Amino acid sequence: MIRLIDVYKEYENGTKALKGITTRIDDGEFVFLVGASGSGKSTMIRLITGEVAPTHGRLMVNGYNLNSIRQKQIPFMRRTLGVIFQDFRLIEKKTAAENLIFAMQAVDAPPRDIRKRVPYVLDLVGLSGKEQCLPSQMSGGEQQRVAIARALVNNPRMIIADEPTGNLDPERSLEIMLLLERINALGTTILVVTHEKELVDRFSKRVIAIDKGQLINDETGGYYKNETV
Amino acid sequence: MKRFNGGYLITEGLTAIVSHGLMSFVAICIIVACLIIMGSFSLVAVNINYNLGLLEDKNEFLAYIDESLDDDVARGLQSDIEAVDNVRSVTFISRTEAKESYIADKEDSALYEDLPDTVFRNRFSVQVDDIEQMETTIDQVEQVSGIVKVSADLEVAQGFVVARNVLSGISLIMVVVLSIVSVFIVYNTIRLATFHRREEIAIMKMCGATNGFVCWPFVIEGLVIGLAGGLIAFALQWAIYELIGKAAESPAASFQFLSLVPFGTMAWSVLGVFCLAGFSIGVGGSLLSIRKFLNV
Repeated sequence: MIRLIDVYKEYENGTKALKGITTRIDDGEFVFLVGASGSGKSTMIRLITGEVAPTHGRLMVNGYNLNSIRQKQIPFMRRTLGVIFQDFRLIEKKTAAENLIFAMQAVDAPPRDIRKRVPYVLDLVGLSGKEQCLPSQMSGGEQQRVAIARALVNNPRMIIADEPTGNLDPERSLEIMLLLERINALGTTILVVTHEKELVDRFSKRVIAIDKGQLINDETGGYYKNETV
Repeated sequence: MKRFNGGYLITEGLTAIVSHGLMSFVAICIIVACLIIMGSFSLVAVNINYNLGLLEDKNEFLAYIDESLDDDVARGLQSDIEAVDNVRSVTFISRTEAKESYIADKEDSALYEDLPDTVFRNRFSVQVDDIEQMETTIDQVEQVSGIVKVSADLEVAQGFVVARNVLSGISLIMVVVLSIVSVFIVYNTIRLATFHRREEIAIMKMCGATNGFVCWPFVIEGLVIGLAGGLIAFALQWAIYELIGKAAESPAASFQFLSLVPFGTMAWSVLGVFCLAGFSIGVGGSLLSIRKFLNV
């Protein structure tokens, strides 16, 4: 669960990225976070992942109070999250399976668990048979599936997808969103940052909209379909 | 309980050394060069000290007694000399003993046997504690009533003292400067490696890797580079020292009067210092370079 209570974030250069955001995302939810460029979406993600600290307000992530968290605890908080990026961020010299193994080794997973978990997760995202492929040998959609598998492999409570379909064509984008929906159905909370209106409206999920650092909408069942252009 | 995946971390560290082959090789060479220069200066200083020590074992001078004083009065001066600061011991040498010693040093000693004792003076052989204060001690002994002249080989002693002090100073400066150079080189090597792997580090951090987990492969890389440099430098230093030792023993050498400390007697110390220096340079350089990548 994520809770933000009157959260402000001002950077050292004076940019006020977030201005009094209050919201919560409960376990098992599927939430879209939408907003224009510079609206504060990325700052919100960076706050949740512990990359930056709030200037003011309270922030709880999966039981960790990020206002008082010790530096040593941040890695353990991050283990409750899986992060997916628009540009996949796979290690090019490692195969699909090795990218997952790397993520598990990073959290000191025992080799026995790695051997069991990696094929299972690759199968879950539909990449059975692609274990030994390098990212360069895969399509964009497949690479994003590897990235999703990597986010999933350590069994996080929540997946944060930052523009996961930004580099994909509409068909592959839909596939990725359906995959995330399936993962959500298995109990993992999903937070998708996007500005793709069609995708947001196609899935009738909760949508949190922010603009100029302020929360301007929080409702379920699409957001852009109500927009008057 | 927290697991420590040592095998993985060590493998990553060693693999990194191989994959950064040229930079690792350059870093090792720089460490070797720096340690050999530092080691050479230090070993010269050690040998100067050693020879100074040998000289200090002969840290004596002769104080000649006024000829007009009879033997009993002359012997009585011993307590006055013993009272002087820095005097370790005083031995009375009679005219007869001085003559015997003089003759014993001559190859054709029979020629000198007819010399009368009165040609020689009664004298004291005076030993000092600290050779650096010998000049002051001589001045004070000369002030003792009944002592007419003092004979000492001050120049050699002072030469050694000056050489030791200069070399100690240079060694210290070289150790500091070359340590900084070595740390800087290793720092750059590891920084290049961390920059090359910044994406991996960011992914590791995002997955929940601890700073320790991220750091260890780089620390191991620096540690191995440092220790390899230390060990190679030790072997080369030993070889160079032995070569110099052999050259010093040759009849053509102009410094045959010097005694060299056998390397074997200080090998463990040198090995320890080189390994410790290599370890500090390697690990220090790694930690410095990785620091900023940990704040993700």
